[in-house]
Amino acid sequence: MSYTTHADLGGQAGHGAVRPEPEGELWHAHFEPRALALTLAMGATGEWNIDQSRAARETLPDYARLSYYRIWLAGLHKLLTERGLVADDELAAGHALHPARPLARVLRAEAVPAALAKGSATARPAATPARFQVGDLVRTRSASADHHTRLPGYALGRRGRVERVHGAHVFADAHAQGLGEMPQWLYTVVFEATALWGDAAPAGLQVSIDAWEPYLHADTGYAT
Amino acid sequence: MTHDDHDHDHDHDHDHDHEHSELGEMALRVRALETVLGEKGYIDPAALDVLIDSYQTRIGPRNGARVVAKAWVDPAFRAALEQDASAAIATLGYSGRQGEHMQAVFNSDEQHHLVVCTLCSCYPWPVLGLPPTWYKSAPYRARAVKDPRGVLADFGVQLPASQRVRVWDSTAELRYLVIPQRPAGSEGLNEDQLAALVSRDSMIGTGLARVPDPAP
Repeated sequence: MSYTTHADLGGQAGHGAVRPEPEGELWHAHFEPRALALTLAMGATGEWNIDQSRAARETLPDYARLSYYRIWLAGLHKLLTERGLVADDELAAGHALHPARPLARVLRAEAVPAALAKGSATARPAATPARFQVGDLVRTRSASADHHTRLPGYALGRRGRVERVHGAHVFADAHAQGLGEMPQWLYTVVFEATALWGDAAPAGLQVSIDAWEPYLHADTGYAT
Repeated sequence: MTHDDHDHDHDHDHDHDHEHSELGEMALRVRALETVLGEKGYIDPAALDVLIDSYQTRIGPRNGARVVAKAWVDPAFRAALEQDASAAIATLGYSGRQGEHMQAVFNSDEQHHLVVCTLCSCYPWPVLGLPPTWYKSAPYRARAVKDPRGVLADFGVQLPASQRVRVWDSTAELRYLVIPQRPAGSEGLNEDQLAALVSRDSMIGTGLARVPDPAP
């Protein structure tokens, strides 16, 4: 198995300037609000979880050239067809041609406000004591993962400091692979920019990530 | 102008035939998908309209602006935000999807905060609504963690050299709301007037709160 993400962009050069846009500008094409709503409605069925849906998007071979709602649509298409919920001949015909599979949940219009207001919290009871405390020096794992992960490439094998302990949370790496929630302690780890970018680092810059415990090793050899 | 007009407003930006036909094709594909999902009973078509309407009219950056304005005038609320932002924000009626675990970060003369999601598009929906295109695009996600002052320059913002920059990469399910500094000249304003000074970008960290017009 070989897992490739096209979404790990932090620190990449050559993408050019950011193009700001006005606050009220929500959509740039008619299909975008429909794409958003279809993605949310199908996500609410529970046929996949949010980490599986992130994995479906970030592995799209043409990720880099797609606008974000097209990424969402392509990810949705992949999730639907992989699970046999929809077949390509149906999409070509524009109508259902095969029997539907019963779903655990369907999001009804009247249930939308409550569903949005509730969300899906990821905090879980911790099965073990936290390995790290605020102020601990840690080093992130240096090997890249062969599956969906939330440790960005620019922060692989770097020294940082635990700034906040957030309790145990659903572990994205396991959740995305369909291995269950496997809750792990979650920490905000802050890096001096020099630890990430070396001499090119801007003065005074700090960058933090939120890292699950399996991403971290103790790094006792360095004083602050 | 209503949000519903926005789709039409942008057609003039896309005056290439090729782009038109591609957009037309996308619209057809999405309609086909919607029809198939509806016929199979996987979606309630009416739910789609409620979802879209929620983010067009109810869930957007004006919610976050109310949080910021209250934090500026109410020290107890500010303390509650520091302690447990999700709970404090929920007292104003904002909670849920993509804001289940909120943390507020406070700008000061010493430090400016900037929020990014380098891996996808994580964003605090209950208080800011849907992320803007630039937030989800490669230039911002690539540069924010390495050259935040360069990114700020793209927004026309220049910070004093003495103000350190802290970037928060939203790599898990925590969602960050920047509380910008209260602008000079806003001393006499009430909460509603203060909220009007709080731009979406100032709550991401790519902008500052607006300075009020001097009283006539």
